[in-house]
Amino acid sequence: MNSFPFLLLMIVVPAVGAAVVAALPRGRDLLAKQIALGVSLVVLLLAVLATVAFDTDGDRFQLTSSVSWIDDFGVSFALGVDGIALVMLLLVGVLVPVVIGASWDDEPVGNRSMTVFFAWILLLEAMMVGVFAATDVFLFYVFFEAMLVPMYFLIGSFGGPRRQYAAVKFFLYSLVGGLIMLAAVIGLYVVSANQGEGSFAFEVLNAIDIDPDVQKLLFLGFFVAFAIKAPLVPFHTWLPDAGAEAPVGGAVLLVGVLDKVGTFGFLRYCLPLFPDASRDFAPYVLVLAVAGVLYAALLAMGQSDMKRLVSYTSVAHFGFIALGIFAFTTEAGTGAVLYMVNHGIATGLLFLVVGMLIARGGSRRIADYGGVAAQAPVLAGVFLIAGLASLALPGTNSFVSEFLVLVGSFPTRPVFTILATVGIILAALYVLLMYQRTMHGPVRGLMDGQGLTTPGTGEPTAPAGSSGATSATATATATATATATATATETVTSARWMPDLSRREIAVAAPLVALIIALGVYPQPLIDLIEPAVAATVDDVGGDPGGTVPEIGTNGADTSGAETEAGN
Amino acid sequence: MIEAPDLSYAALAPLLFLFGAACVGVLVEAFAPREARHPAQVAVALVGTVGGLVSAILLAATRDLSGDGAEVTADGALAVDGAGIFLQATIAGLGALSILLFAERSLDPARSSFVASAAVPAGSPRDRELLTADRVQTEVYPLATFAIGGMMLFVAANDLLVMFIALEVLSLPLYLICGLARRRRLLSQEAAVKYFLLGAFASAFFLYGLALVYGATGSVRLSTISESVTTGGGDTLLVLGLALLIVGLMFKASVAPFHTWTPDVYQGAPTPVTAFMAACTKVAAFGAIMRLLYVGFGTDEWTWRPLVYGIAIVSMIVGAVLGLTQTDLKRMLAYSSIAHAGFLLTGVLGFDATGDSPGLAATLFYLLVYGLTTLGAFAVLTMIRDGDGEATHLSQWAGLAQRAPVVAAVMTLFLLALAGIPLTSGFTGKFAVFRAAIDDGAWPLAVVALLASAVAAFFYLRVVVLMYFSEPLADGPTVGVPGLPTTIVLAVTAAATLVLGIVPGSVLDLAGQAANLVG
Repeated sequence: MNSFPFLLLMIVVPAVGAAVVAALPRGRDLLAKQIALGVSLVVLLLAVLATVAFDTDGDRFQLTSSVSWIDDFGVSFALGVDGIALVMLLLVGVLVPVVIGASWDDEPVGNRSMTVFFAWILLLEAMMVGVFAATDVFLFYVFFEAMLVPMYFLIGSFGGPRRQYAAVKFFLYSLVGGLIMLAAVIGLYVVSANQGEGSFAFEVLNAIDIDPDVQKLLFLGFFVAFAIKAPLVPFHTWLPDAGAEAPVGGAVLLVGVLDKVGTFGFLRYCLPLFPDASRDFAPYVLVLAVAGVLYAALLAMGQSDMKRLVSYTSVAHFGFIALGIFAFTTEAGTGAVLYMVNHGIATGLLFLVVGMLIARGGSRRIADYGGVAAQAPVLAGVFLIAGLASLALPGTNSFVSEFLVLVGSFPTRPVFTILATVGIILAALYVLLMYQRTMHGPVRGLMDGQGLTTPGTGEPTAPAGSSGATSATATATATATATATATATETVTSARWMPDLSRREIAVAAPLVALIIALGVYPQPLIDLIEPAVAATVDDVGGDPGGTVPEIGTNGADTSGAETEAGN
Repeated sequence: MIEAPDLSYAALAPLLFLFGAACVGVLVEAFAPREARHPAQVAVALVGTVGGLVSAILLAATRDLSGDGAEVTADGALAVDGAGIFLQATIAGLGALSILLFAERSLDPARSSFVASAAVPAGSPRDRELLTADRVQTEVYPLATFAIGGMMLFVAANDLLVMFIALEVLSLPLYLICGLARRRRLLSQEAAVKYFLLGAFASAFFLYGLALVYGATGSVRLSTISESVTTGGGDTLLVLGLALLIVGLMFKASVAPFHTWTPDVYQGAPTPVTAFMAACTKVAAFGAIMRLLYVGFGTDEWTWRPLVYGIAIVSMIVGAVLGLTQTDLKRMLAYSSIAHAGFLLTGVLGFDATGDSPGLAATLFYLLVYGLTTLGAFAVLTMIRDGDGEATHLSQWAGLAQRAPVVAAVMTLFLLALAGIPLTSGFTGKFAVFRAAIDDGAWPLAVVALLASAVAAFFYLRVVVLMYFSEPLADGPTVGVPGLPTTIVLAVTAAATLVLGIVPGSVLDLAGQAANLVG
C-alpha cells in the first residue's frame, strides 16, 4: 500500500482536471462545476487514504518517491510528507471542495466564464499539494512561484472593484520574496556542491554543516520570502488588499492555505537547514511575530470593510504561529502546526460566511448591515461559530492550538508570550464587535431600506454595477443594488428581507463547523500526526524537545546572548 | 607567392549554406519575373537557413566537438568548436523562423510588412498608390540571409579581423531592412539612419580597439593574443584596446550604457525585423563577446571582469527601470531586451579560467531560450492590428483576452517566460546563469539580477493585467488571423517555451556538451 503514489496523484488529478475544465466550451458551467467538485473530492479521498497509510511511528518522510528531473541542476522530482505536510494536505483536501461549493452560484464580472474560475482553482490545488509535498528544495521553489499564477488570475479576473491593483500587488510582493529565496536556493546548492555532490534534496541538505555566516545570509533569503508569504508585519500590507479583493473562494484558499506555505517554510526549511542562524535571529523574528499579533489586531478593530477585517485577523494569527515556531519547543511547535490547520478552518469559515452576507447585501461595509440575526438566524449562528473559533474560545479548535503555543512558548520566551496573550483579548474585541454590529441591534444600512451609505465613502458596488450593467449578465451585486433602490422607492420604511442560508450554503458550512467542534474537543489524532515531525525539527535546531528547560544550544555564548535580548 | 589557406569544407557547411543562399537570392532578384520572385526568395532563404541548421546539427552529431573534432580552419581564422556550432545552429534556426515571419502575407491588408518599393519617397503620390499594391520589396530575403550568414561567421571568428568583417556583413543588411517598413515609413527610415550612424560609431570603436590590440600583441589571432596577455599582462595599450572592443560588441548586444539605439530602432523597424534583431543579433553578439573574452583574454580575466560586472549591473537596472515607463509594447520589449542582456552578462561572468566554466553552457542555453521567447512575443505583436498597422500602444491591448483568448494566452506564456516564472523556459535559463554566477562567487551580482527581475516582472505583468483584467475598448484593435508562416512560428516558439521550462534536461545537456571553445 505504501508504494501507491498518493502524492503524485494528488498533483496530477487536479492538474488534469483543470485542463479538462478549461477545455470545456463556454456555457457548460454546470458540467465544469460538477467535474471540479468531483476532482476535488477525489483529492480529499486521496489525502485521507494517504493519512491512513502514514505511520506515525515510522520514518520522518513517508510516501516518498523520487525521479530525476533536471540532471544538470541536480534536481529531482522528489515527493514525500512528514506529519506537518500531511496535515496541510488534509487541509487543502477539505478546503477546496468547500470553496467550489461556496462558489457554485457566483456570477463572473463582465464577460468572463466561470469555467475558467474552476479551472484555476483546480490548478491551484495541484500547485498547493506540490508545494507541501516537495522534498526537493528546487521543486518546492518551482511550486512556490508557479502557485502565484493561478491565484493572480483568480484575484485579477474574478475579484472586487480594485482587483487589478490587488492582483499585481500580491504577485509582485510574492515574486520579490521568491526571487530572493531563489538566490538562497542556488546558494544552498553551491554550498552543498562545495562539500561533495551538489544537491537540492532536503535530506542531503539537512545533513551538511554550513558555516554560520553563510547560514545567516541563506536564512535571510528564505526568511524574507516566507515572511512575505505568511505574512509577518511589516511585510503584510499586500494581504488586506488581496484578501479583500479576491473572490470569496479565492480568499479562503489564499488565507487558509497559500499563506501557510510561509509558516510551513519556516518549519521545513529555515529551522532545520539553518539551525545556528535560526537561533541567532529568533529574538528578532519573535519581535515581528508579537508586533504582528498586537498591531494587526488593532488594525482589524479599525476596519470598516469586513473582508479587510478578516484579513487583518489572519495577520494577527500568523504572529501566533510564528511565535510558536520560533519558540523552539515541541509543544509550541505542535501548537503552531495545529494552529495552521485550525486557522485555515476557522478563518476559512469566517471568510465564507462573510462572503454569504456580502452576496446578500452587495456591500462589504460593516455599517451597511445590522440586525441580520433576526431575519437570518442560521447565517448569524454560523457567523458566531466562525467568530468564536477565530477568537479561540475554549471548545473550538483554535483554543487548543493557541493554548499549546502559549504554554509551549512560555518556558523559553516568557516576555513575548505574555505580550502575545494581550492579543487574545484584542481578538475577542474585533470579532465580537463585528458580530454585534452586523448581526444584532436595530436594522441598519442596507437593511432598513433607507438607502445605501453615502456615495464617495468607498461603496464598492458602484463600479461593479456600472460595468456590469452594460453586459448581458448582470452581476449579483448590481442586482442587489437595484433591488435595494427599488424597495427604497416603494416603501421607505419597510425593512429589506435578508434570506437565510440556502441548503447549498448550509452544506458548504457544515463540514467546517463540524471540524471546528470536533477538533476543539478531540484534537489528539492530529497532534499524533504532527508531534513527531515537530520534534524532529526542534531537534534539528537544537532546541529542547521537552520544552520545559531553557534551550540547550550547542553554542552557549550565542544562546545566552539571545536570551538576554529576549529578556529585554 | 601567397598560398591559399587550407579549408575544411565540411566544417564550414553551415556558413556555406547561408552565403550560398544569399548569393542565389541576389540572382533570383535580378532574373526572376516579379510574380515568381516572392515565393522563390522565401524558398531560397528557407533552404539556406534550414540547410544551415541541419548541417550544423549533423556536424555536431558526427564530430566530437568537445574533443578531437574541434579544430581551427582557414589558416586559424575560423573556429569549429562546440560553442560555435551550437550558436550557429541557434542563429540558423531562429533565422529560419524570422524568415517565416517576413514571409507572412495574410495579416497586413497590403499583404506584407515590407514596403513595395523602398526608393519611393515616403508620403509621395506614388507611395500612396503603392501602399495598397500587392507588390513587395523582395530584397529583404537575400539581405536577411546575408545578415544571418554574417552572424554565424561572427560567432565562429577566431581572428579579430574576421570578426570585424563578420560584424559588417551582419550589420549592413540590418541597417537596410530596418528602413523597409510598409507603414509609418518615416519612423522606420529614421530608425534605419539612427541605427546606421550609431552602428558605424560602434564599428569604428571595434576597429580602433582591434588596432590597439594588434599594436600591443602583434597579432589579431585570438590564440596569439591570449599568449601575449599571459606573458605581458597589464599593458595599457592592450587594456585600452580590449575596452574599445568590448564597447563595440556591447553595442551590438544592446547592453546599457550602449543601448540608446535599441528602443528607437526596435520601435521603428518592421516588427518581423525587430523580432529577427532581438533574437539573432543578440545571440551573435554574445557569441562573439564570449569568444573574445574567454579565448582571447581568458588568461587575464581580471582586466575585463570588473568592467563586465559593472556593465551587467547597469544594463539590468536600466532595462528594468526604464521598461517600467514605456507605453509602447515594442519599446517595452526593447528595454526588456536590454535587461536580458544584463542577465546574459551575469552568465558570461560565470567563468573560471582554471576549471570548467558553467557560465558558458548556461549562457548558450539562455541565448537559445531567450531568442525563441522574444521571437514569439514579437510574432504576437504582428497580429494585433488597427487601421494604421500594428497596434502597439499598451492601452490598445485592454481586454484582449476576451476578444482573442488563445492569442492572449500565448502572449501571457511568453511574458511569464520573459519574467522568469517557473515552468517556463525563461526560468530555467535564469536559473542556469544565476547559478553559474553564484558558483563563481558573484552572488552580489546575482542578487541585483534577481531584484531587477522582480522590477521587470512588473511591466510584463502590466500587459497581462491589461489583457485579462481590463474591459475591452469599443474601438479596439482587431486580431488578425495568421497565415501558415506565423502559425508555425507561434507554435514552435510557444511549444519550446513550455517544453524547455518543464523538461529542459536534454537541451541543457546539449548546451553542456557544446560548452567548449578552441583557441
